[in-house]
Amino acid sequence: MMLLHDVLQWLIGPFQEFSFMRRALVATLALSFSSAPLGVLLTLRRMSLFGDALSHAVLPGVAAGFIFFGLSLPALSIGGFIAGVIVVTLAGLVSRHTELKEDASLAAVYVVALALGVILISGHGTQLDLLHILFGNVLGVDTQGLLLVAGVSSLSVVLIAALYRGLLLESFDPSFLAASGGRGTLYQQLFLMLVVMNLVASFQTLGTLMAVGLMMLPAVSSRLWHDSLPAQLLNSALQAALAGYAGLMFSYYASVPSGPVIIVCAGGLYFLSLMFAPRGWLPRLLRRPHLRA
Amino acid sequence: MSAAITLENLTVTYRRHPALHHVSGEFALGSLTAIVGPNGAGKSTLLKSIMGQVRCNSGRVVKHADAGRIAFLPQQAEIDRSFPIAVLDCVMLGYWGRAGLFRRISVAMVQRAEQALAAVGLEGFAQRSISSLSVGQFQRVLFARILLQDARLILLDEPFSAVDTKTTEDLLRIIQSWHTQQRTVIAVLHDYDQVRRAFPQTLLLARNVVAWGATEQVLCHDNLHRARTMSEAVDEHAPLCAVDVASLAAVAAQGQTS
Repeated sequence: MMLLHDVLQWLIGPFQEFSFMRRALVATLALSFSSAPLGVLLTLRRMSLFGDALSHAVLPGVAAGFIFFGLSLPALSIGGFIAGVIVVTLAGLVSRHTELKEDASLAAVYVVALALGVILISGHGTQLDLLHILFGNVLGVDTQGLLLVAGVSSLSVVLIAALYRGLLLESFDPSFLAASGGRGTLYQQLFLMLVVMNLVASFQTLGTLMAVGLMMLPAVSSRLWHDSLPAQLLNSALQAALAGYAGLMFSYYASVPSGPVIIVCAGGLYFLSLMFAPRGWLPRLLRRPHLRA
Repeated sequence: MSAAITLENLTVTYRRHPALHHVSGEFALGSLTAIVGPNGAGKSTLLKSIMGQVRCNSGRVVKHADAGRIAFLPQQAEIDRSFPIAVLDCVMLGYWGRAGLFRRISVAMVQRAEQALAAVGLEGFAQRSISSLSVGQFQRVLFARILLQDARLILLDEPFSAVDTKTTEDLLRIIQSWHTQQRTVIAVLHDYDQVRRAFPQTLLLARNVVAWGATEQVLCHDNLHRARTMSEAVDEHAPLCAVDVASLAAVAAQGQTS
C-alpha cells in the first residue's frame, strides 16, 4: 500500500506541486491531440518532410515579431503564422503556375525564409534569444501561451472533424475530387494553414526545430499499428500524449530541457513500434502457418 | 442526335508542341465511343481537357448542359494504393457529389454500395483494405465507385491496362449496361478487336483526328496505317502552325454538306 502510494506520488507529484508543470502538461497534451493527427494526414500525402520545412519557414516571421515587440508571445506567434502562410501560399502558387512540383517549390522557398530569419535575429538579438526561439521552453508556458495552445488545438480538432471527408478524399484521389466538382485547392490550403498554426502554437513549448517532432514521430509510428485511418489518428494522438507526459516527467527528475526530451520519448515509442507493431520488424520473423488458398 | 460534348478546334500543347492539334467534332448523347491511337497521340490529354484539367491552347470544349454529371476514371498509376482505406469506404467515395462533407450516408446507401461491389464481382471484400487488392481487383473497385456516382457522362482512361481477360469481360459488360441506360461513355483503349466487338463509335487519334465515326469504317487498314505513321518524336524545329480561321470554316462547311 505504501509502495503504491509512493509510485502514485512519483507519477503525479510534480504536477501537484508546481503550477508551471501543470501548464506544461496541459499544453503538451492539447498539442498532442491536434498535431499528431495532422502529422498522419501529412504522411498520407507523402509530405512527411513538409512539416520540417515549414517549421523552419516560420522563423523570419518570428524574428520580425521579436525585433519589433521583444519576447512577447502574441507577437512571435502572429509573426510566425503570417510567415508560414506566406511560404505555403507562395509554394502553392509556384507549383500551380510553373512546372515545379509542390515539394520542389517549397524546398526552394523555405530555405530562403530560414536564411532571412537567421539574418534578422542575428542582427538584433543575442545567441540566447536564438536558442530560445529554436528550441523553446516548455516550462515557461504562461497563461497567455496556454490559451493560445488550447485555442489552436481546439480549432484544429474541430476543423479536422468537419473537413474529414474532404481532407481524406483530397489526399487519396485529388483528381476524383476535382472531377466531382470539389475544390481541391481549398482543402489543401486549409489543411496547410492548420499545419502552420500547430507548428506556431508548439514553437513556444517545443521550439521551431523540435515542434515538428511531436507532429511527425507519433504519426509515422502509428502507421505501423493499424490499417484504418481512424485508428491511426487515435493511436498517433495517444502516442504523442504519452511521449509528452513521459518527457515532462523525465525532464523534471533529471533536470534536462523538456522539449528535446519529449521528442526523444516520441522517438523511443517510434523505435518500439518499429520493433513490435504488427507492421514492424519482429512480427515478420514469426513464421505463422499460412491459410488455405 | 444532340451532342453531349463538342470539341471546337481544340489544340493543347506541352511546351508549344501540340499534343492535340485542331481537334473538332462531337460525342453524341448516349453514345459509346472508343478513343484509340498510338502512344503519345493525345488520348489521355483529350480526356483531361474535357475534365478541364489541362489548359487549352486554342479552341474549346463545350459540355452541354444536359450532359449531366461526369465521372472520370484516370489511369491507375495516379492513385496511391497504400492509403489506409477499406474497400467499401473507397466505393462510397462515389457519393461525394451528393453527400459532400456533412450529409449522412443512409443504410440504403450503404446497401447500394454493397450491391455495386457485388455487381463488379467483389462480394466479401467490403472490409478489406485496398492495399490488399490486386491491380485488377482495384480496377473493379473503381468501377463500383462509378456505379454509385450515377453520372450521365463517363470517361475511362485505359480501364483495361494490366487487367486479366475475365475481369475485362466483366467490366465490359458493365460498360454495355451503361450504354443501354443511355449514358454517354468515352473510353481510351488499345485492343482493336475489343473495340470492334463492343464499341459502336470510334475516334482514331494521332494528335490530329485521323478518323471519327462508326467503328468498322474508322478502323480500316488505311486509317490505322496513317495513325501508325505519326512520328512519336516531336520536331524541335517545327515551324509555327498557321491554320487560318477561313480555311477552318471551309472545312466545317464541308462537314455539314457531306
